Amino acid sequence: MSAPTTERAGSGATGRGEPILQVRGLQKHFPIKGGGLIKRTVGAVQAVDGIDLDLYPGEVLGLVGESGCGKSTTGRAILNLQPATGGSVVFQGREIVGLNRKQMRPLRRDIQLVFQDPYASLNPRLPVFDIVAEPLVIHGLTKNNEELRSRVRELVETVGLNPEHTNRYPAEFSGGQRQRIGIARALALQPKVLVLDEPVSALDVSIQAGVINLLEDLKNRLGLSYLFIAHDLSVVRHISDRVAVMYLGRIIEIAERDELFDRPAHPYTQALLSAIPLPDPRRERARQRIIISGDVPSPANPPSGCRFRTRCQKFANVLTDAQREKCVTDDPALADRGAGHLNACHYAEVQSVL
Amino acid sequence: MSTNGATAVSSTGTLNRGRTQSLAGFDAAAPLLQVTDLNVRFPTEDGMVHAVRGVDYTLRSGEVLGIVGESGSGKSVTSLAVMGLLPSNARVTGSVLYRGQELLGQNDRSMSRVRGKGVSMIFQDPMTSLDPVYKVGAQIEETLRTHDKSLSSKAAETRAVELLELVGIPNAGERVDSYPHEFSGGMRQRVVIAIAMANQPEVIIADEPTTALDVTVQAQILEVLQTALQETGAAMVMITHDLGVVAGIADRVLVMYAGRPVEIGSVEDIYYEPRMPYTLGLLGSLPRVDAPTRERLTPILGAPPSLVNMPPGCPFAPRCPLHIDECDAAEPPLFQVGAGHDAACIRTEQVARAHGHATEVFSDTATDAALAGDALPADLALGAGGGETTAGDAPPPDQTEPAAGVPDSGTVISTHRGTKDGDRA
Repeated sequence: MSAPTTERAGSGATGRGEPILQVRGLQKHFPIKGGGLIKRTVGAVQAVDGIDLDLYPGEVLGLVGESGCGKSTTGRAILNLQPATGGSVVFQGREIVGLNRKQMRPLRRDIQLVFQDPYASLNPRLPVFDIVAEPLVIHGLTKNNEELRSRVRELVETVGLNPEHTNRYPAEFSGGQRQRIGIARALALQPKVLVLDEPVSALDVSIQAGVINLLEDLKNRLGLSYLFIAHDLSVVRHISDRVAVMYLGRIIEIAERDELFDRPAHPYTQALLSAIPLPDPRRERARQRIIISGDVPSPANPPSGCRFRTRCQKFANVLTDAQREKCVTDDPALADRGAGHLNACHYAEVQSVL
Repeated sequence: MSTNGATAVSSTGTLNRGRTQSLAGFDAAAPLLQVTDLNVRFPTEDGMVHAVRGVDYTLRSGEVLGIVGESGSGKSVTSLAVMGLLPSNARVTGSVLYRGQELLGQNDRSMSRVRGKGVSMIFQDPMTSLDPVYKVGAQIEETLRTHDKSLSSKAAETRAVELLELVGIPNAGERVDSYPHEFSGGMRQRVVIAIAMANQPEVIIADEPTTALDVTVQAQILEVLQTALQETGAAMVMITHDLGVVAGIADRVLVMYAGRPVEIGSVEDIYYEPRMPYTLGLLGSLPRVDAPTRERLTPILGAPPSLVNMPPGCPFAPRCPLHIDECDAAEPPLFQVGAGHDAACIRTEQVARAHGHATEVFSDTATDAALAGDALPADLALGAGGGETTAGDAPPPDQTEPAAGVPDSGTVISTHRGTKDGDRA
């Protein structure tokens, strides 16, 4: 909240005013129980381990990473659906971490979540009308049935569905349409921030494009801010203003969208971008691909020093033993090391890989 | 493979996915696998689901054929039919010739001699394709000894370790005694690939082999698949919905829609000269990670048709921006539009002209139109509905009747109640 921290986490986001959502040192550790009859905590899965994020009004902040990197947990901890074990989340000047359910309720109007799986996130026994009306009823936002009906109708139209079909059940809709229903429900309370957790990953490409366009239009029209969590970097490049890359519970690089995609400085970001196959045979076959070995280490026992070093191609092939020493012992902080944006690599070097 | 560039040094070497070596054994005269008029029907409560409606393709030795399509397009069912792995209620007709030998209608016993030895398969989910109660080594050895009864258990074990090394499993000598749950997803898929290549098959059918994996692991697995192809000299049918993966690995591409091939051609034909509006729309709807500017995406409106009681005419017509009345008369066959390039469309000339303008052709009327309505307060009313339909003689996208009093709700409505084919439109 002080000037220096804002500058630190919000690099490249100057001129956007005050952040609407400010995350500092967010930590979510899941205890590992063990020890026979009497359960003792023997360790912790460090799913999210100290991340800083700023979300500005009207901004789309992309949060990318591979499975198990903690991106979904981050989203849930921000919404207090899984209480954070440390750090702070400030929404419009109000601390969220530590609030109980009752205290959270008024804030839920302003921050809503859209889930990944449009098949699992809608109650199959409720018609679409009831699904979309539920938040309005719970929060008592409509005075009478007449108002409720017209409001649901508006919402359903907003997401491009036919309001005549609200008496149908989720099973009668296709995946893209269900995701639109989920979005309509999230919009019901006129939120300011949407946390979108892989909102298009379950959809086919031709349908996915429609939902992405809808999200872009809604953001522009309603002045929403999105925390857009996804593993698909093509989608993230398309929709985001800024992008944060996560690895093993940490943010390892954050920058303006084109800066991150065109001038990545962290070896993990470079490997991630280079691994994406391009739908263009000539370019795809001419590319030099950086292949990183192995899989993500267990977040219960992350490597010492730099968490990426066990898979890092730079650590394995480029650095001298003396340089490696620093990676093993010294945990790199998120800082600008001459790349023009924040990254967490001692030996960060801008390299274009696309 | 390529030389290590100064910029792309990696612990396992760099990968150039141009498949020049494998083309050496290309023999156009002798197709390995010839699928002719393959039809698969499933009886359901709602009627007969015609999941695969006349698939023809030829796979030549050393070739990689990519089959792309969305969920429910019949790409997986096609390959399961080729392998004889469909449930017994499936009605399969047509012909599948492997080296001139008919595979359809063979009993399970004789198919078992072909499966794994002649034609082997890699499935999407490595956890369900491995048996959790057997060590991975035992599962590889079983594959080897099934097809070579004379192989001693010692020799089988040695070969299993070799295969695990080949697919890049570190400490293969020890890991051969591990159970599948002790491996990560990527490592399991390597084991599955080792099993698929164990008997030097001539054809490998890979059904979404990297879909369940993270992108960095996908890159590793694609590299392993290249190795497997080079080691075995096998031809491959690569089934995927990922147009990026196909662009890197395939020599020829078959695009499927509603259970039928709608376009087939060389990888360059399909990506640079598409002649079927569906292919054009599919490529136009992809967000590109290498795109410098943020262009609006162009979705294909509507949803794939239900495969129960399909109406006559082109199945893509209701979603097609180039739709004319003749399209509804009869389903177009594959027309030759170039050397080795066929498309199932009567308006391929218009598609050729529309190429490069997919954005205008597939304007996203539905979304914009819906947004133009004053749905919410504080409405800043984005550009009016309609988008720009400027493509030459292309009529605007097909739209269903807007409901009375509704400001054009567009075509994004449920058009296929009660479909059982699990499309994810």
